[in-house]
Amino acid sequence: MKLTLKVWRQSKPDKVENGKLISGGGKMETYQVSDVSKDMSFLEMLDVLNEDLLRSGKEPIVFDHDCREGICGMCSMYINGQPHGPQQGTTTCQLHMRSFKDGDTIYIEPWRAKAFPVIKDLMVDRSAFDRIMQAGGYVSVNTGVTVDANEIPIAKSTADKAFDAATCIGCGACVAACKNASAMLFVSAKVSQLSMLPQGKTERKTRVENMVAQMDAEGFGACTNTGACSAECPKGISMEYIARMNREYYGAKLTSNNV
Amino acid sequence: MKLESKIPDGPLAEKWERHKFNIKLVNPANKRKYDVIVVGTGLAGASAAASLAELGYNVKSFCFQDSPRRAHSIAAQGGINAAKNYQNDGDSVFRLFYDTVKGGDYRSREANVHRLAQVSVNIIDQCVAQGVPFAREYGGLLDNRSFGGAQVSRTFYARGQTGQQLLLGAYSALSRQVANGKVKLYPRTEMLDLVTIDGKARGIITRNLVTGQIESHSAHAVLLCTGGYGNVFFLSTNAMGSNVTAAWRAHKKGAHFANPCYVQIHPTCIPVSGDYQSKLTLMSESLRNDGRVWVPKKIEDAEKIRKGEMKPESIKEEDRDYYLERKYPSFGNLVPRDVASRNAKYVCDEGRGVAPTGLAVFLDFRDAIKRDGEDLIRAKYGNLFQMYEKITDDNPYETPMKIYPAIHYTMGGLWVDYNLMTSVPGLYALGEANFSDHGANRLGASALMQGLADGYFVVPYTIGDYIATLPTDKVPTDHPAFKEAEANVKANIDKLLSINGDKTVDDFHKELGKIMWDYCGMSRNAEGLKIAKEKVQKLRKEFWSNVKVLGGSEELNITLEKACRVSDFIELGELMIDDALMREESCGGHFREEYQTDEGEAKRDDDNFSFVAAWKYVGEEAQEELIKEDLIFENVKLTQRSYK
Ligand SMILES: Cc1cc2nc3c(=O)[nH]c(=O)nc-3n(C[C@H](O)[C@H](O)[C@H](O)COP(=O)(O)OP(=O)(O)OC[C@H]3O[C@@H](n4cnc5c(N)ncnc54)[C@H](O)[C@@H]3O)c2cc1C
Ligand code: FES
Repeated sequence: MKLTLKVWRQSKPDKVENGKLISGGGKMETYQVSDVSKDMSFLEMLDVLNEDLLRSGKEPIVFDHDCREGICGMCSMYINGQPHGPQQGTTTCQLHMRSFKDGDTIYIEPWRAKAFPVIKDLMVDRSAFDRIMQAGGYVSVNTGVTVDANEIPIAKSTADKAFDAATCIGCGACVAACKNASAMLFVSAKVSQLSMLPQGKTERKTRVENMVAQMDAEGFGACTNTGACSAECPKGISMEYIARMNREYYGAKLTSNNV
Repeated sequence: MKLESKIPDGPLAEKWERHKFNIKLVNPANKRKYDVIVVGTGLAGASAAASLAELGYNVKSFCFQDSPRRAHSIAAQGGINAAKNYQNDGDSVFRLFYDTVKGGDYRSREANVHRLAQVSVNIIDQCVAQGVPFAREYGGLLDNRSFGGAQVSRTFYARGQTGQQLLLGAYSALSRQVANGKVKLYPRTEMLDLVTIDGKARGIITRNLVTGQIESHSAHAVLLCTGGYGNVFFLSTNAMGSNVTAAWRAHKKGAHFANPCYVQIHPTCIPVSGDYQSKLTLMSESLRNDGRVWVPKKIEDAEKIRKGEMKPESIKEEDRDYYLERKYPSFGNLVPRDVASRNAKYVCDEGRGVAPTGLAVFLDFRDAIKRDGEDLIRAKYGNLFQMYEKITDDNPYETPMKIYPAIHYTMGGLWVDYNLMTSVPGLYALGEANFSDHGANRLGASALMQGLADGYFVVPYTIGDYIATLPTDKVPTDHPAFKEAEANVKANIDKLLSINGDKTVDDFHKELGKIMWDYCGMSRNAEGLKIAKEKVQKLRKEFWSNVKVLGGSEELNITLEKACRVSDFIELGELMIDDALMREESCGGHFREEYQTDEGEAKRDDDNFSFVAAWKYVGEEAQEELIKEDLIFENVKLTQRSYK
C-alpha cells in the first residue's frame, strides 16, 4: 500500500498559565509512505517512516508507546479525528494497517485537551490523571496489616462488575473523545471499582469528593452525557459507571462536611 | 574473592522468621531522616516504594514512562501463584518451594525460594485488601487455576489481565504515599548511572527525558527494580522500553551480574510477520491446555502451506505430526516452556515449519471445539482468540493458530544476597532485575509473585539491617563523586551525538538481536558462541564509530534514549555469551547442544556446575571475572527432569 500521512509536528511544548492553555505552536506535515504491508501495526508503520526520516537526517516523529499490546495505556493519538483510530475497542498500538486502503490519506494528531498539554509532536502530558488518583484512588491499607483474603466473600457478580471498571488503562481517549474534555469516565471507573468492593466502602464518601475536586482543579470539562467517551474507550468502559459515580457523589455531598 | 549469600542458619522453614528477629531495626522516629531511591515502578518497585514510605522513609520513585502505572508489569496476563491451598488439593508452602526449585532445574538458592513460597500467601491478602478484583467463584471466594503444568491449582488471576490489576493495586498504594508527601515521583526520568562513595551506593544520575537535563539524586540506599533484559534480542514479548541500562551501569560500578545466560523462551507467541516487526505478542500458556501442537509430517505439505497453496484444515490426520504428544506421551502438549520451545525449533529446522517465514507451528483447537463445543472454548479463551485475530486476521475457531517461541523473561540479573543487597553495599535489586529465585527456568505465574514478595515483604525488613548502620547525615549532591558521574554521563551522551554515522540505532539493535537469537537463543554450542562473541565485539566497535543519533542532549530526544540503551545491550550481549560458553552443561533455559541425554533432553552436570555464576566487571573491554557461589541443597533431592 501507498499512503499519505498528515502528521502534527510541534517542537515547543504547550504551557498552562492562569488556567489557560497556551499552545506551543505546530503544524501538519505531509509524508508519503510506500510498501506498507497490511499485517503491520499502525505504530510499526510509523516506525518505518521514522527510520526513513532518520536516514535522511530529519527528526523522527515523537509519540508515546510501550507495551504495544493494548494494556499500558501509553499510546495515544487521533487517527482521522478518532481517538485510537477507526477500529472499536482497539488501542493505536493494536490497530493494523489492514484497516486502511491503498491511496488513503491519514490524519494523525495528539490528544487535544486543556488538561493534556502537548509536550512534543504526538506526545502529551497526562500527569493530571496521576494527581486525580493521588487524591483518593486507593484503599488506605498499609502493607501487611490485613486479614486473610477469603475472610470477606464477594459475590461473583460484584467482583466481575468491579473488574469491568478496573480494566481502564488510563490512556485518556475518553477525554480526547469528549467535546468538553471531561474526565468523568476515567474517574468514575476507579470510584466505582472501589465503592463496589467491601474493602473500599469505608472511604467511599471522601474518595469521590476528593477525586472529583481534583478533576475539576485540573481543568477537565463538565460531563453532558454524550457518551462519546464510552464509545471511543478501547476497553469499552460503560457509561453506567458515570451514573454510579454521580449517585456516589451526591450521596456523599448530602451527608458529609468534607471539601 | 568469595560471595557472602548471608543465608541465615537454622532449619529451612524457620530461617526467615529467625532472620527477621535477628536483623537490626531502625527506630521509627529515625526512619524519616533516611532517604531511599527506588528506580522502577513495576510490581517490585511500586510495592517497595509504597511499603518503605508507609514505614516512614522518604522515597524518590523513578520510571521512564509518563506514569508509574505503565510499567511493563502491566502486561502480565496469566496469574500469580500463592500457596494458599484454598482448593484443598494438597498444596503447601513446601510444595510451592519444591516445585519452584525443581522447575528452576536446581540452579536457585533453597533459602530464597522457601521464603518466597512463605510470603506468597501474604501477597494475596494484601492485594485483596487494596481492592484488586481477582476472579471469584459463585460462592464469593477466590478462584484458582492450574498454570504452566502445575499439579495443583494455586494460581490467582484477574481474567487475562492479572499483571494490570496487581500493578494498579501497587500503584494505588504508591499514589497514597505521594499524597501523604512520603514519595516524590519522577516519571519520564531515566537512571544513567549509580554513584558510590567509599564503596557504598549513595545516589544516582538521571536524565529528564523531556528536557534532557542531567540530574543528581542522593540517598542512603538505592533500589533497582528495573525489570529484565529480554530486549537484548530486539524482538521479545517485553515492552518496547524495557532495558538493562540501570542494572548494567550499576554492574560497571561494582554490582556483580549473575547467570546472564539464563533466559526464558516462551513457546506460544505470535510468529514474526516481516522485517518491520517491532515486538512479539504472547499468547497465554493456558491455550496449551486445549490446543494441540502439530506440523505436517511431509516437508512437501509444509512447503505448500508456506506458499498458501494448501490449507492446514485439508491435511489428513495421518499426515499430521503431533510431535509433543508423540515424544512426551505423559505430558504431551503441556511439557514445560523450554521443552516445548526447543521442539518447535527442531521441526522448523527440519523444514516442516508453517507460515511464509517457515518459522511457525500450528496450535489447533479443532478437536477441543469438537469435544466441548465452540461456546465453551469461547468462554475460556474468547479474549485471546480475539487478540490473535486482531493481529493476524485469522480466525482460530476455523483454522489453527500459528505460534512460535519468543524471548519472554530473564532469570539472570544482578547478584543479590539473602537481603536482596547486591555486591555494592546499599544497592538492592528486586523483581526481574535480580537473579534470585528462579534458577535456570521460571515457572509460570511466579514472576509476579516474586516481584511483590521482594517489594512488599522482603526489602522493607532487610533494608533496616543496613540503614541502621548509617548516620542520618545526607550526602550533598555537590560531592565530587556526583560531579564526576555527571560528567561521565554527559561525555558518553556527547560522544553518541558526535558520531553521526550511517546506521540507525535500530539497525544495530536488530543486528545484535539476530546474533543473540541465532547463537545464544534456544540452543547453543561452543563453536557458535565463539563466533557470536566475535560478531558482537565487531558490532560494538562499529556502533561507536558509525551510529547515527540526531538532535541534541538538552531536549527530548527519543533516538538518544534508544542509543544509550542499545549501547548497554551490546555490552551485556557479550557477557551473556561468555556465561553461556562457560556453563558446559544444559539446564533449564540454557541448552548446550553438546550436553544432552540420549533422548535429546537437557543434561545437567551437578558435580561441576551447581553454582551461581556471578560476573565481576573489571574494566572496559576486559574479560570479566567469574565468581562462583556454590549452591547447597539440603532439602530437595536433585533429579533429572523427565516429561516422557
Ligand atoms: C507478556 C508478558 C506476560 C507475562 N505474564 C506473566 C504472568 O502471567 N505471570 C507472571 O508471574 N509473570 C508474567 N510475566 C513476567 C512479569 O510480568 C515480569 O517479570 C514482572 O512484571 C517484572 O516486574 P518488575 O517490577 O521486576 O519490572 P517491570 O514491571 O519491568 O518494571 C520496570 C520498571 O523500571 C523502570 N525502569 C527501567 N529502567 C529504568 C531506568 N534506567 N531508569 C528509570 N526507570 C527505569 C521502568 O520504567 C519500570 O517502571 C509476563 C511477562 C510478559 C512480557
Ligand atoms: S502501547 Fe501500550 S496500550 Fe498501546
